[in-house]
Amino acid sequence: MSHTILAWSVTIAQVFLAIAMALAALRMFRGPRAQDRVLALDTLYVNSMLLLMVFGMRTGRVIYFEASLVIGMLGFVATVALAKFLMRGEVIE
Amino acid sequence: MSVIEHADDLPAWAALAVSFFLVVGAGLTLIGTIGFARLPSFYERIHAPTLGTSWGTGGIVMASMIFFTVLATRPVVHEILIGIFVTVTTPVTLMLLARAALHRDRAEGNPEVPAEAPLTREAEGQPAAGE
Amino acid sequence: MLPYPLLSASLVIMWLALNGFTLGHLILGCIVSVFASWGMAALRPVKPHLPKWYLLPKLIGIVLYDILRSNLAVASILITGGRRKHKSGFITVPLDLENPTALAVLAVVITSTPGTAWLEYNSLSKTVLIHVLDLVDEAEWQVLIKTRYEALLMEIFK
Repeated sequence: MSHTILAWSVTIAQVFLAIAMALAALRMFRGPRAQDRVLALDTLYVNSMLLLMVFGMRTGRVIYFEASLVIGMLGFVATVALAKFLMRGEVIE
Repeated sequence: MSVIEHADDLPAWAALAVSFFLVVGAGLTLIGTIGFARLPSFYERIHAPTLGTSWGTGGIVMASMIFFTVLATRPVVHEILIGIFVTVTTPVTLMLLARAALHRDRAEGNPEVPAEAPLTREAEGQPAAGE
Repeated sequence: MLPYPLLSASLVIMWLALNGFTLGHLILGCIVSVFASWGMAALRPVKPHLPKWYLLPKLIGIVLYDILRSNLAVASILITGGRRKHKSGFITVPLDLENPTALAVLAVVITSTPGTAWLEYNSLSKTVLIHVLDLVDEAEWQVLIKTRYEALLMEIFK
């Protein structure tokens, strides 16, 4: 019984996170401004990290958690670089 | 619906706790992202993802830690690292983005943004304390 | 050789915990941690002085509780969305904190709490610009930030 609940809740968590990623992607396409798109990309990264962790629990393999860490690290660096670009790249000081 | 095979040894209380934390974490993340898609202005939208990065991540990390600790398949180092990493990096990215957005809005003369506080122009030659 | 022994030791422990304990990984982890601490020394960070470090768990407890509470508050605002009208806005809070590390901790606390976002600190007028999602009373927020976080941080980073 409890294992059926566990299996269902893992599936529900995966569906929730997939919808969350889709919404973040929607915001990334809709914009309207560059900072909205960068923030949406950052949200997408975090949600994909969480989704990979749930995958890791489903399969019991450690490789998903390592992938999640790598995505988080790359996402952080990418967002910081993009934010820096928004501050310095477009606006003439 | 296939029951997760490698979790057969999990006792009932642990299965229920893991389910609870998973659904709460994923649910908070989803609510945050719904708000992110619905809220009207950038400065309101910047609050929404913090739901997913605070207790959204916290819930899923907690679920995973209980799961693998009770099953005793491996030490839960990755979860702790992911939790610390998300907690430390999210404020940094959000602050940088907010500053960039403020900078761009001010450069365009957007009236909804408070004007730059006085005296900062003269302060550029002096050492800044908190940036 | 080792300018930051605590940092090096925790790096070695983390390396071994992630990769499993073997002699090769021990040597590799030691090499990585030595180079990382040299890199850290090249950055010349300000070493924070914490005379009252035992108050840190209290701060962490308060922050975790507040984050949980504001998670629920922001979630209810987002769910009820259109029906209950919330008003968001910018507030300016004057701060007495001057220690850069303490200011950084305060910024992380305020930004990671849902519903408040740290936007910009002005070191000359010593004020900070904060955006609040559900702004009812500006004075109430100023008092909250000053009494709940700033007083404790002032005590920790004397």
